[in-house]
Amino acid sequence: MNYAAPLSALTVALLLSACGGADQDIALVKGENPKLDEPQRGLLPSMTIADPVGWGDKKPTVPEGFTVSAIATDMQIPRQTLVLPNGDILVAEGRGGNAPKLRPKDVIAGYIKAKGTTSVKSGNRLTLLRDADGDGVYELKKVFADDLNAPYGLALANGNLYVANQDALVRFEYQEGQTEASGEPVKVTDLPYRINHHWTKALTASPDGRFLYVGIGSNSNITERGMEAEVDRAMIWQIDAETGAHKPYATGLRNPTALTIRPGTDQLWAVVNERDELGPNLVPDYLTSVQEGGFYGWPYSYWGQHVDNRVRPQNPDLVAAAIKPDYALGPHVAALGVDFSSSVMGEKFAEGVFVGEHGSWNRENPSGYQVVFVPFSNGRPSGEPVDFVTGFRTAEGTHGRPVGVTVDPRGALIVADDLANIVWRVTRTQ
Amino acid sequence: MTVITHSTHHTTHSISRHVPNPVHATLLAGTVPLFLGGLLSDIAYFQTYEIQWTNFASWLIAGGLVFCGFAVLFALVNLVKATHKKGRPLIYLLLLAATWVLGFFNALVHAKDAWASMPSGLILSVIVTILACAATWIGFTNLRSGGEA
Repeated sequence: MNYAAPLSALTVALLLSACGGADQDIALVKGENPKLDEPQRGLLPSMTIADPVGWGDKKPTVPEGFTVSAIATDMQIPRQTLVLPNGDILVAEGRGGNAPKLRPKDVIAGYIKAKGTTSVKSGNRLTLLRDADGDGVYELKKVFADDLNAPYGLALANGNLYVANQDALVRFEYQEGQTEASGEPVKVTDLPYRINHHWTKALTASPDGRFLYVGIGSNSNITERGMEAEVDRAMIWQIDAETGAHKPYATGLRNPTALTIRPGTDQLWAVVNERDELGPNLVPDYLTSVQEGGFYGWPYSYWGQHVDNRVRPQNPDLVAAAIKPDYALGPHVAALGVDFSSSVMGEKFAEGVFVGEHGSWNRENPSGYQVVFVPFSNGRPSGEPVDFVTGFRTAEGTHGRPVGVTVDPRGALIVADDLANIVWRVTRTQ
Repeated sequence: MTVITHSTHHTTHSISRHVPNPVHATLLAGTVPLFLGGLLSDIAYFQTYEIQWTNFASWLIAGGLVFCGFAVLFALVNLVKATHKKGRPLIYLLLLAATWVLGFFNALVHAKDAWASMPSGLILSVIVTILACAATWIGFTNLRSGGEA
Protein backbone atom coordinates (compact mmCIF):
# COMPACT_ATOMS: atom_id res chain seq x y z
CA MET A 1 0.00 0.00 0.00
CA ASN A 2 2.78 2.41 -0.92
CA TYR A 3 0.36 4.82 -2.56
CA ALA A 4 -1.86 5.14 0.48
CA ALA A 5 0.21 7.77 2.31
CA PRO A 6 0.38 10.37 -0.49
CA LEU A 7 -3.28 9.78 -1.30
CA SER A 8 -4.44 10.44 2.26
CA ALA A 9 -2.12 13.45 2.50
CA LEU A 10 -3.81 14.84 -0.60
CA THR A 11 -7.21 14.19 0.95
CA VAL A 12 -6.30 16.04 4.15
CA ALA A 13 -4.88 18.96 2.16
CA LEU A 14 -8.05 19.22 0.09
CA LEU A 15 -10.27 19.05 3.15
CA LEU A 16 -8.23 21.74 4.91
CA SER A 17 -8.87 24.04 2.01
CA ALA A 18 -12.49 22.97 1.93
CA CYS A 19 -14.18 25.48 4.19
CA GLY A 20 -14.91 28.95 2.95
CA GLY A 21 -12.62 31.55 4.37
CA ALA A 22 -11.90 33.35 7.62
CA ASP A 23 -14.15 35.87 9.31
CA GLN A 24 -12.96 39.44 9.22
CA ASP A 25 -14.24 42.07 11.58
CA ILE A 26 -17.94 42.11 10.81
CA ALA A 27 -18.22 45.78 11.82
CA LEU A 28 -16.39 46.65 8.59
CA VAL A 29 -19.20 45.11 6.56
CA LYS A 30 -21.85 47.38 8.08
CA GLY A 31 -22.94 50.94 7.51
CA GLU A 32 -23.11 53.27 4.52
CA ASN A 33 -19.78 52.16 3.03
CA PRO A 34 -19.18 48.49 3.82
CA LYS A 35 -15.78 47.02 2.98
CA LEU A 36 -16.49 44.13 0.64
CA ASP A 37 -14.19 41.06 0.56
CA GLU A 38 -13.38 39.09 -2.53
CA PRO A 39 -15.85 36.23 -3.03
CA GLN A 40 -14.66 32.95 -1.55
CA ARG A 41 -16.15 29.50 -1.33
CA GLY A 42 -14.35 26.29 -0.39
CA LEU A 43 -15.62 22.81 -1.15
CA LEU A 44 -18.12 23.19 1.66
CA PRO A 45 -19.95 26.40 2.64
CA SER A 46 -19.13 27.46 6.21
CA MET A 47 -22.11 26.66 8.38
CA THR A 48 -23.18 27.17 11.97
CA ILE A 49 -26.81 26.28 12.52
CA ALA A 50 -28.89 27.56 15.43
CA ASP A 51 -29.10 24.99 18.24
CA PRO A 52 -32.49 25.61 19.87
CA VAL A 53 -32.54 25.36 23.68
CA GLY A 54 -35.55 27.45 24.71
CA TRP A 55 -35.47 30.43 27.06
CA GLY A 56 -36.08 28.70 30.41
CA ASP A 57 -36.05 31.50 33.00
CA LYS A 58 -33.97 33.70 30.74
CA LYS A 59 -35.13 36.71 28.77
CA PRO A 60 -33.59 38.73 25.97
CA THR A 61 -31.22 41.51 27.01
CA VAL A 62 -32.38 45.10 26.52
CA PRO A 63 -30.58 48.43 27.04
CA GLU A 64 -30.58 50.21 30.37
CA GLY A 65 -33.86 52.04 30.89
CA PHE A 66 -35.84 49.31 29.15
CA THR A 67 -37.50 46.10 30.26
CA VAL A 68 -38.77 43.14 28.28
CA SER A 69 -41.61 40.71 28.86
CA ALA A 70 -43.22 37.85 26.99
CA ILE A 71 -46.77 38.96 26.19
CA ALA A 72 -47.73 35.76 24.36
CA THR A 73 -46.25 32.27 24.44
CA ASP A 74 -47.03 28.96 22.72
CA MET A 75 -47.68 30.71 19.44
CA GLN A 76 -47.62 28.79 16.15
CA ILE A 77 -44.59 30.41 14.51
CA PRO A 78 -45.13 34.17 14.94
CA ARG A 79 -43.55 36.22 12.12
CA GLN A 80 -44.88 39.75 11.69
CA THR A 81 -47.01 41.88 13.97
CA LEU A 82 -49.30 44.86 13.49
CA VAL A 83 -50.37 47.30 16.20
CA LEU A 84 -53.98 48.36 15.62
CA PRO A 85 -55.29 51.87 16.46
CA ASN A 86 -56.82 50.71 19.76
CA GLY A 87 -53.52 49.11 20.86
CA ASP A 88 -54.46 45.51 20.02
CA ILE A 89 -51.67 43.50 18.42
CA LEU A 90 -52.23 41.18 15.49
CA VAL A 91 -49.70 38.38 14.99
CA ALA A 92 -49.28 36.51 11.70
CA GLU A 93 -48.32 32.89 12.34
CA GLY A 94 -47.19 30.28 9.89
CA ARG A 95 -44.57 28.67 7.74
CA GLY A 96 -44.67 28.49 3.94
CA GLY A 97 -42.66 27.36 0.96
CA ASN A 98 -42.99 24.26 -1.17
CA ALA A 99 -39.72 24.24 -3.05
CA PRO A 100 -38.95 20.77 -4.45
CA LYS A 101 -35.57 19.23 -3.68
CA LEU A 102 -33.80 19.31 -7.03
CA ARG A 103 -30.33 18.17 -6.04
CA PRO A 104 -28.74 15.89 -3.43
CA LYS A 105 -27.57 19.15 -1.82
CA ASP A 106 -31.17 20.30 -1.27
CA VAL A 107 -31.94 17.11 0.65
CA ILE A 108 -28.87 17.39 2.89
CA ALA A 109 -28.97 21.18 3.42
CA GLY A 110 -32.73 21.08 4.08
CA TYR A 111 -32.24 18.49 6.81
CA ILE A 112 -29.40 20.46 8.45
CA LYS A 113 -31.10 23.86 8.31
CA ALA A 114 -34.39 22.51 9.70
CA LYS A 115 -32.54 21.79 12.96
CA GLY A 116 -32.21 25.54 13.52
CA THR A 117 -35.95 26.27 13.32
CA THR A 118 -39.02 25.40 15.36
CA SER A 119 -40.73 22.03 15.00
CA VAL A 120 -44.13 23.56 15.77
CA LYS A 121 -46.77 23.18 13.06
CA SER A 122 -47.59 26.20 10.92
CA GLY A 123 -50.40 28.24 12.50
CA ASN A 124 -51.71 29.68 9.22
CA ARG A 125 -53.68 32.17 11.26
CA LEU A 126 -53.78 35.62 12.82
CA THR A 127 -53.90 35.91 16.59
CA LEU A 128 -55.12 39.04 18.37
CA LEU A 129 -53.54 40.12 21.65
CA ARG A 130 -55.26 42.70 23.86
CA ASP A 131 -54.17 44.58 26.96
CA ALA A 132 -57.43 46.36 27.84
CA ASP A 133 -56.29 48.04 31.04
CA GLY A 134 -52.84 49.05 29.84
CA ASP A 135 -50.92 47.21 32.57
CA GLY A 136 -48.61 45.55 30.06
CA VAL A 137 -50.27 42.15 30.46
CA TYR A 138 -52.05 41.01 27.32
CA GLU A 139 -54.88 39.15 28.97
CA LEU A 140 -56.81 38.38 25.78
CA LYS A 141 -55.34 36.03 23.21
CA LYS A 142 -57.80 35.11 20.51
CA VAL A 143 -57.65 33.65 17.01
CA PHE A 144 -58.66 36.54 14.74
CA ALA A 145 -58.66 34.62 11.46
CA ASP A 146 -57.87 31.01 10.62
CA ASP A 147 -57.23 28.82 7.57
CA LEU A 148 -54.88 31.30 5.94
CA ASN A 149 -51.95 30.22 3.79
CA ALA A 150 -48.71 31.12 5.56
CA PRO A 151 -49.72 34.75 6.32
CA TYR A 152 -46.78 37.11 6.77
CA GLY A 153 -47.18 40.78 5.84
CA LEU A 154 -49.90 42.83 7.57
CA ALA A 155 -51.24 46.34 6.87
CA LEU A 156 -54.22 48.42 7.86
CA ALA A 157 -55.65 50.90 5.34
CA ASN A 158 -59.03 52.08 4.02
CA GLY A 159 -60.86 50.36 6.87
CA ASN A 160 -59.42 47.08 5.69
CA LEU A 161 -56.95 44.71 7.20
CA TYR A 162 -54.68 43.46 4.42
CA VAL A 163 -52.89 40.13 4.81
CA ALA A 164 -50.17 38.86 2.48
CA ASN A 165 -50.51 35.10 2.34
CA GLN A 166 -47.76 33.18 0.56
CA ASP A 167 -49.97 32.88 -2.53
CA ALA A 168 -52.34 35.88 -2.48
CA LEU A 169 -53.02 39.28 -1.02
CA VAL A 170 -56.34 39.21 0.85
CA ARG A 171 -58.32 41.68 2.94
CA PHE A 172 -60.75 41.63 5.82
CA GLU A 173 -63.06 44.50 6.70
CA TYR A 174 -61.90 45.82 10.04
CA GLN A 175 -63.71 47.82 12.66
CA GLU A 176 -61.94 49.08 15.74
CA GLY A 177 -62.35 46.79 18.70
CA GLN A 178 -63.03 43.70 16.65
CA THR A 179 -61.48 40.54 18.12
CA GLU A 180 -62.46 38.24 15.31
CA ALA A 181 -62.73 38.66 11.55
CA SER A 182 -66.32 39.23 10.53
CA GLY A 183 -66.15 36.98 7.50
CA GLU A 184 -64.07 35.17 4.95
CA PRO A 185 -61.13 37.03 3.43
CA VAL A 186 -61.61 38.70 0.04
CA LYS A 187 -58.82 38.21 -2.48
CA VAL A 188 -57.22 41.42 -3.73
CA THR A 189 -54.83 39.69 -6.13
CA ASP A 190 -52.83 36.50 -6.55
CA LEU A 191 -49.16 36.70 -5.69
CA PRO A 192 -46.35 34.67 -7.29
CA TYR A 193 -46.40 31.40 -5.38
CA ARG A 194 -44.79 28.71 -7.55
CA ILE A 195 -41.89 26.99 -5.74
CA ASN A 196 -41.74 29.81 -3.13
CA HIS A 197 -38.12 29.14 -2.19
CA HIS A 198 -38.37 32.48 -0.38
CA TRP A 199 -42.04 32.36 0.53
CA THR A 200 -42.53 35.36 2.82
CA LYS A 201 -44.65 38.15 1.35
CA ALA A 202 -43.80 41.40 3.07
CA LEU A 203 -46.48 44.09 3.02
CA THR A 204 -47.04 47.75 3.70
CA ALA A 205 -49.54 50.37 2.52
CA SER A 206 -48.96 53.86 1.15
CA PRO A 207 -50.02 56.59 3.61
CA ASP A 208 -53.11 57.47 1.52
CA GLY A 209 -54.10 53.79 1.31
CA ARG A 210 -54.18 53.86 -2.48
CA PHE A 211 -51.35 51.41 -2.98
CA LEU A 212 -50.09 48.30 -1.29
CA TYR A 213 -46.48 47.21 -1.60
CA VAL A 214 -45.63 43.51 -1.51
CA GLY A 215 -42.10 42.14 -1.25
CA ILE A 216 -41.57 38.95 -3.25
CA GLY A 217 -38.35 36.99 -2.69
CA SER A 218 -36.31 35.16 -5.30
CA ASN A 219 -36.91 31.47 -6.01
CA SER A 220 -33.29 30.51 -5.35
CA ASN A 221 -30.08 31.61 -3.72
CA ILE A 222 -28.49 32.59 -7.01
CA THR A 223 -30.56 31.23 -9.95
CA GLU A 224 -29.77 27.58 -9.21
CA ARG A 225 -33.41 26.74 -9.95
CA GLY A 226 -33.13 28.26 -13.40
CA MET A 227 -34.00 31.67 -14.80
CA GLU A 228 -37.60 30.66 -15.63
CA ALA A 229 -38.30 30.21 -11.92
CA GLU A 230 -37.42 33.87 -11.34
CA VAL A 231 -40.19 35.45 -13.40
CA ASP A 232 -42.01 37.92 -11.12
CA ARG A 233 -39.56 37.19 -8.29
CA ALA A 234 -36.99 39.26 -6.39
CA MET A 235 -39.05 42.42 -6.65
CA ILE A 236 -41.53 44.68 -4.91
CA TRP A 237 -44.97 44.96 -6.43
CA GLN A 238 -47.12 48.06 -6.20
CA ILE A 239 -50.74 46.94 -6.04
CA ASP A 240 -53.75 49.18 -6.54
CA ALA A 241 -55.89 48.62 -3.42
CA GLU A 242 -59.12 49.20 -5.38
CA THR A 243 -58.57 47.09 -8.45
CA GLY A 244 -55.82 44.65 -7.45
CA ALA A 245 -53.83 45.64 -10.54
CA HIS A 246 -50.09 45.45 -9.98
CA LYS A 247 -46.82 46.62 -11.47
CA PRO A 248 -43.23 45.93 -10.47
CA TYR A 249 -42.25 48.92 -8.33
CA ALA A 250 -38.59 47.97 -7.91
CA THR A 251 -36.64 44.89 -9.02
CA GLY A 252 -33.40 43.04 -8.36
CA LEU A 253 -34.09 42.84 -4.60
CA ARG A 254 -33.17 39.24 -3.72
CA ASN A 255 -35.44 38.82 -0.73
CA PRO A 256 -37.27 41.94 0.49
CA THR A 257 -38.48 40.55 3.81
CA ALA A 258 -39.97 43.64 5.42
CA LEU A 259 -41.31 46.93 4.09
CA THR A 260 -42.29 50.15 5.76
CA ILE A 261 -43.01 53.79 4.92
CA ARG A 262 -41.04 56.47 6.73
CA PRO A 263 -43.63 58.39 8.78
CA GLY A 264 -44.36 61.84 7.42
CA THR A 265 -43.21 60.88 3.94
CA ASP A 266 -44.32 58.67 1.04
CA GLN A 267 -40.92 57.02 0.89
CA LEU A 268 -40.87 53.22 0.90
CA TRP A 269 -38.05 51.47 2.79
CA ALA A 270 -37.10 47.79 2.77
CA VAL A 271 -34.76 45.36 4.42
CA VAL A 272 -33.39 42.84 1.95
CA ASN A 273 -31.59 39.53 2.46
CA GLU A 274 -28.68 39.12 0.11
CA ARG A 275 -27.07 36.03 -1.44
CA ASP A 276 -25.16 33.25 0.31
CA GLU A 277 -22.13 31.09 -0.38
CA LEU A 278 -19.71 33.86 -1.30
CA GLY A 279 -17.87 33.72 2.02
CA PRO A 280 -18.50 34.84 5.60
CA ASN A 281 -18.38 38.55 4.77
CA LEU A 282 -20.42 38.60 1.59
CA VAL A 283 -22.95 39.77 0.78
CA PRO A 284 -24.23 42.21 3.43
CA ASP A 285 -27.98 42.25 3.92
CA TYR A 286 -29.22 45.79 3.61
CA LEU A 287 -31.66 48.51 4.52
CA THR A 288 -32.58 50.83 1.69
CA SER A 289 -35.00 53.43 0.52
CA VAL A 290 -36.70 51.97 -2.54
CA GLN A 291 -36.66 53.99 -5.72
CA GLU A 292 -39.56 53.53 -8.08
CA GLY A 293 -38.38 51.65 -11.17
CA GLY A 294 -35.02 50.96 -9.55
CA PHE A 295 -32.99 47.78 -10.11
CA TYR A 296 -30.92 46.61 -7.16
CA GLY A 297 -28.65 44.00 -8.74
CA TRP A 298 -29.97 40.51 -8.10
CA PRO A 299 -29.01 38.16 -9.57
CA TYR A 300 -26.37 39.73 -11.81
CA SER A 301 -24.54 41.85 -9.28
CA TYR A 302 -24.46 42.88 -5.63
CA TRP A 303 -23.86 46.17 -3.81
CA GLY A 304 -23.93 48.09 -7.04
CA GLN A 305 -21.63 46.77 -9.73
CA HIS A 306 -19.98 43.74 -8.06
CA VAL A 307 -20.68 41.05 -10.67
CA ASP A 308 -21.81 37.64 -9.39
CA ASN A 309 -19.98 35.16 -11.56
CA ARG A 310 -22.37 32.35 -10.70
CA VAL A 311 -25.10 33.68 -12.98
CA ARG A 312 -25.32 32.64 -16.63
CA PRO A 313 -26.08 34.24 -18.95
CA GLN A 314 -24.69 37.46 -17.53
CA ASN A 315 -26.24 40.87 -18.13
CA PRO A 316 -23.74 43.76 -18.21
CA ASP A 317 -26.42 46.34 -19.05
CA LEU A 318 -28.41 45.56 -15.92
CA VAL A 319 -25.22 45.44 -13.84
CA ALA A 320 -24.43 48.96 -15.01
CA ALA A 321 -27.90 50.10 -13.98
CA ALA A 322 -27.83 48.48 -10.53
CA ILE A 323 -28.46 50.84 -7.62
CA LYS A 324 -26.20 50.61 -4.58
CA PRO A 325 -28.32 50.17 -1.43
CA ASP A 326 -28.27 52.80 1.32
CA TYR A 327 -27.01 50.90 4.33
CA ALA A 328 -25.36 47.51 5.00
CA LEU A 329 -26.71 45.60 7.99
CA GLY A 330 -23.94 42.99 7.87
CA PRO A 331 -23.39 39.67 6.07
CA HIS A 332 -25.87 36.83 6.60
CA VAL A 333 -27.68 38.57 9.49
CA ALA A 334 -31.03 37.67 7.86
CA ALA A 335 -32.94 40.90 8.48
CA LEU A 336 -36.64 39.96 8.63
CA GLY A 337 -38.23 42.92 10.35
CA VAL A 338 -38.09 46.70 10.04
CA ASP A 339 -40.03 49.58 11.56
CA PHE A 340 -39.41 53.27 12.08
CA SER A 341 -39.05 54.45 15.64
CA SER A 342 -40.56 57.56 17.21
CA SER A 343 -40.15 59.71 20.27
CA VAL A 344 -42.05 57.15 22.38
CA MET A 345 -38.88 55.03 22.41
CA GLY A 346 -36.88 57.69 24.22
CA GLU A 347 -34.45 60.29 22.99
CA LYS A 348 -31.61 57.92 22.14
CA PHE A 349 -33.78 55.66 19.99
CA ALA A 350 -36.22 58.22 18.62
CA GLU A 351 -34.80 58.77 15.15
CA GLY A 352 -34.06 55.63 13.18
CA VAL A 353 -35.30 52.13 12.47
CA PHE A 354 -35.40 48.92 14.41
CA VAL A 355 -34.33 45.84 12.47
CA GLY A 356 -35.00 42.22 13.50
CA GLU A 357 -32.11 39.94 12.51
CA HIS A 358 -33.10 36.28 12.44
CA GLY A 359 -29.47 35.14 12.37
CA SER A 360 -27.06 33.41 10.02
CA TRP A 361 -26.45 29.84 8.88
CA ASN A 362 -23.75 30.50 6.26
CA ARG A 363 -21.12 31.79 8.68
CA GLU A 364 -18.83 29.89 11.03
CA ASN A 365 -19.00 32.74 13.54
CA PRO A 366 -22.74 33.52 13.57
CA SER A 367 -24.07 36.99 12.81
CA GLY A 368 -27.48 38.51 13.53
CA TYR A 369 -29.64 36.88 16.23
CA GLN A 370 -30.53 40.32 17.59
CA VAL A 371 -32.63 43.42 17.11
CA VAL A 372 -30.58 46.47 16.19
CA PHE A 373 -31.36 50.14 15.98
CA VAL A 374 -30.06 51.98 12.93
CA PRO A 375 -29.86 55.70 13.72
CA PHE A 376 -31.05 58.20 11.10
CA SER A 377 -30.15 61.81 10.56
CA ASN A 378 -31.69 64.05 7.92
CA GLY A 379 -33.85 61.18 6.79
CA ARG A 380 -30.92 58.87 6.01
CA PRO A 381 -29.33 56.03 7.96
CA SER A 382 -26.15 57.30 9.51
CA GLY A 383 -23.67 55.80 11.94
CA GLU A 384 -23.17 52.33 13.29
CA PRO A 385 -26.09 50.06 14.20
CA VAL A 386 -26.75 49.89 17.95
CA ASP A 387 -27.68 46.64 19.73
CA PHE A 388 -31.22 46.91 21.05
CA VAL A 389 -32.44 43.41 21.92
CA THR A 390 -29.72 40.75 22.30
CA GLY A 391 -29.12 37.49 24.17
CA PHE A 392 -30.94 35.36 21.60
CA ARG A 393 -27.82 33.27 21.23
CA THR A 394 -25.60 32.44 24.21
CA ALA A 395 -23.03 29.77 25.09
CA GLU A 396 -25.94 27.52 26.09
CA GLY A 397 -27.44 27.59 22.61
CA THR A 398 -30.01 29.52 20.64
CA HIS A 399 -32.90 30.68 22.82
CA GLY A 400 -34.87 32.47 20.16
CA ARG A 401 -34.74 34.12 16.74
CA PRO A 402 -36.28 37.56 16.14
CA VAL A 403 -38.40 38.21 13.06
CA GLY A 404 -40.89 41.09 12.83
CA VAL A 405 -40.39 44.28 14.84
CA THR A 406 -43.17 46.84 15.33
CA VAL A 407 -43.11 50.10 17.24
CA ASP A 408 -46.19 50.42 19.45
CA PRO A 409 -47.23 54.09 19.74
CA ARG A 410 -48.02 53.39 23.39
CA GLY A 411 -44.24 53.22 23.90
CA ALA A 412 -42.97 49.75 23.16
CA LEU A 413 -41.24 47.58 20.60
CA ILE A 414 -43.01 44.34 19.73
CA VAL A 415 -40.66 41.52 18.65
CA ALA A 416 -41.87 38.20 17.22
CA ASP A 417 -39.65 35.22 18.08
CA ASP A 418 -40.33 32.35 15.66
CA LEU A 419 -38.01 29.84 17.34
CA ALA A 420 -39.36 30.11 20.89
CA ASN A 421 -42.88 30.95 19.60
CA ILE A 422 -43.06 33.98 21.85
CA VAL A 423 -44.06 37.61 21.28
CA TRP A 424 -41.79 39.93 23.26
CA ARG A 425 -42.60 43.50 24.28
CA VAL A 426 -39.81 45.91 25.12
CA THR A 427 -40.89 48.97 27.12
CA ARG A 428 -39.21 51.93 28.76
CA THR A 429 -38.78 51.99 32.52
CA GLN A 430 -37.85 55.66 32.74
CA MET B 1 12.03 -23.75 -15.34
CA THR B 2 11.56 -22.30 -11.88
CA VAL B 3 10.19 -19.07 -13.33
CA ILE B 4 7.58 -20.82 -15.43
CA THR B 5 6.39 -22.88 -12.45
CA HIS B 6 6.01 -19.82 -10.33
CA SER B 7 4.06 -18.00 -13.00
CA THR B 8 1.71 -20.91 -13.63
CA HIS B 9 1.11 -21.29 -9.92
CA HIS B 10 0.19 -17.65 -9.59
CA THR B 11 -2.12 -17.54 -12.61
CA THR B 12 -4.17 -20.39 -11.19
CA HIS B 13 -4.67 -18.45 -7.97
CA SER B 14 -5.58 -15.27 -9.83
CA ILE B 15 -8.38 -16.86 -11.76
CA SER B 16 -10.00 -18.30 -8.65
CA ARG B 17 -9.49 -15.19 -6.51
CA HIS B 18 -9.83 -12.20 -8.82
CA VAL B 19 -12.84 -12.84 -10.98
CA PRO B 20 -15.41 -10.20 -9.98
CA ASN B 21 -18.51 -11.99 -8.73
CA PRO B 22 -21.85 -10.89 -10.26
CA VAL B 23 -22.56 -8.27 -7.56
CA HIS B 24 -19.05 -6.87 -7.76
CA ALA B 25 -19.26 -6.87 -11.56
CA THR B 26 -22.60 -5.05 -11.56
CA LEU B 27 -21.32 -2.35 -9.20
CA LEU B 28 -18.16 -1.92 -11.23
CA ALA B 29 -19.95 -1.86 -14.57
CA GLY B 30 -22.55 0.63 -13.28
CA THR B 31 -19.90 3.10 -12.17
CA VAL B 32 -18.83 4.03 -15.69
CA PRO B 33 -22.19 5.01 -17.25
CA LEU B 34 -23.18 6.98 -14.14
CA PHE B 35 -20.02 9.09 -14.11
CA LEU B 36 -20.11 9.31 -17.90
CA GLY B 37 -23.72 10.51 -17.73
CA GLY B 38 -22.58 13.15 -15.25
CA LEU B 39 -19.87 14.25 -17.66
CA LEU B 40 -22.26 14.47 -20.61
CA SER B 41 -24.74 16.47 -18.50
CA ASP B 42 -21.92 18.80 -17.46
CA ILE B 43 -21.01 19.36 -21.10
CA ALA B 44 -24.66 20.14 -21.87
CA TYR B 45 -24.84 22.65 -18.98
CA PHE B 46 -21.54 24.19 -20.01
CA GLN B 47 -22.85 24.76 -23.51
CA THR B 48 -26.45 25.79 -22.81
CA TYR B 49 -26.56 27.30 -19.27
CA GLU B 50 -29.71 25.19 -18.88
CA ILE B 51 -29.81 24.50 -15.13
CA GLN B 52 -31.56 21.14 -15.35
CA TRP B 53 -28.42 19.59 -16.86
CA THR B 54 -26.40 20.36 -13.75
CA ASN B 55 -29.19 18.89 -11.60
CA PHE B 56 -28.92 15.71 -13.66
CA ALA B 57 -25.15 15.74 -13.27
CA SER B 58 -25.45 16.05 -9.47
CA TRP B 59 -27.69 12.99 -9.19
CA LEU B 60 -25.69 10.91 -11.69
CA ILE B 61 -22.48 11.64 -9.77
CA ALA B 62 -24.22 10.73 -6.50
CA GLY B 63 -25.33 7.46 -8.10
CA GLY B 64 -21.80 6.86 -9.37
CA LEU B 65 -20.48 7.33 -5.84
CA VAL B 66 -22.89 4.70 -4.48
CA PHE B 67 -21.91 2.10 -7.09
CA CYS B 68 -18.23 2.99 -6.97
CA GLY B 69 -18.21 3.04 -3.16
CA PHE B 70 -19.47 -0.54 -2.87
CA ALA B 71 -17.16 -1.65 -5.68
CA VAL B 72 -14.26 -0.23 -3.63
CA LEU B 73 -15.28 -2.51 -0.74
CA PHE B 74 -15.25 -5.53 -3.05
CA ALA B 75 -11.88 -4.46 -4.45
CA LEU B 76 -10.56 -4.20 -0.90
CA VAL B 77 -11.77 -7.68 0.01
CA ASN B 78 -10.28 -8.93 -3.25
CA LEU B 79 -6.91 -7.49 -2.31
CA VAL B 80 -7.03 -8.92 1.23
CA LYS B 81 -7.74 -12.37 -0.18
CA ALA B 82 -5.04 -12.10 -2.86
CA THR B 83 -1.87 -14.11 -2.27
CA HIS B 84 0.38 -11.39 -3.62
CA LYS B 85 -0.89 -8.01 -2.46
CA LYS B 86 0.73 -6.15 -5.30
CA GLY B 87 0.28 -5.67 -9.00
CA ARG B 88 -3.12 -5.67 -10.64
CA PRO B 89 -5.38 -6.14 -7.55
CA LEU B 90 -3.61 -3.23 -5.85
CA ILE B 91 -3.69 -0.97 -8.90
CA TYR B 92 -7.35 -1.80 -9.39
CA LEU B 93 -8.17 -0.86 -5.80
CA LEU B 94 -6.15 2.37 -5.97
CA LEU B 95 -7.72 3.45 -9.24
CA LEU B 96 -11.18 2.73 -7.95
CA ALA B 97 -10.48 4.50 -4.65
CA ALA B 98 -9.09 7.50 -6.55
CA THR B 99 -12.25 7.50 -8.69
CA TRP B 100 -14.38 7.61 -5.56
CA VAL B 101 -12.36 10.28 -3.76
CA LEU B 102 -12.26 12.62 -6.77
CA GLY B 103 -15.90 11.76 -7.49
CA PHE B 104 -16.75 12.84 -3.95
CA PHE B 105 -14.95 16.16 -4.41
CA ASN B 106 -16.80 16.49 -7.70
CA ALA B 107 -20.10 15.99 -5.87
CA LEU B 108 -19.16 18.81 -3.47
CA VAL B 109 -18.22 21.05 -6.39
CA HIS B 110 -21.57 20.27 -8.00
CA ALA B 111 -23.30 21.31 -4.77
CA LYS B 112 -22.18 24.88 -5.44
CA ASP B 113 -24.99 27.00 -6.79
CA ALA B 114 -25.48 27.56 -10.51
CA TRP B 115 -22.35 28.43 -12.52
CA ALA B 116 -20.14 28.29 -9.38
CA SER B 117 -19.60 24.60 -10.23
CA MET B 118 -18.00 25.54 -13.55
CA PRO B 119 -15.51 24.88 -15.03
CA SER B 120 -14.01 22.84 -12.15
CA GLY B 121 -17.00 20.47 -12.09
CA LEU B 122 -16.60 19.69 -15.77
CA ILE B 123 -12.84 19.12 -15.46
CA LEU B 124 -13.34 16.81 -12.46
CA SER B 125 -16.04 14.92 -14.34
CA VAL B 126 -13.60 14.26 -17.20
CA ILE B 127 -10.91 12.99 -14.80
CA VAL B 128 -13.34 10.87 -12.77
CA THR B 129 -14.81 9.30 -15.90
CA ILE B 130 -11.35 8.42 -17.23
CA LEU B 131 -10.36 6.94 -13.86
CA ALA B 132 -13.60 4.94 -13.72
CA CYS B 133 -12.96 3.55 -17.20
CA ALA B 134 -9.38 2.63 -16.29
CA ALA B 135 -10.43 0.96 -13.03
CA THR B 136 -13.15 -0.98 -14.80
CA TRP B 137 -10.78 -2.04 -17.56
CA ILE B 138 -8.31 -3.43 -15.07
CA GLY B 139 -11.02 -4.90 -12.88
CA PHE B 140 -12.41 -6.96 -15.70
CA THR B 141 -9.06 -7.71 -17.33
CA ASN B 142 -8.13 -9.57 -14.14
CA LEU B 143 -10.37 -12.28 -15.41
CA ARG B 144 -7.95 -13.09 -18.18
CA SER B 145 -4.49 -11.97 -17.24
CA GLY B 146 -4.25 -12.69 -13.52
CA GLY B 147 -2.27 -11.20 -10.66
CA GLU B 148 1.11 -9.90 -11.72
CA ALA B 149 0.76 -6.75 -13.73
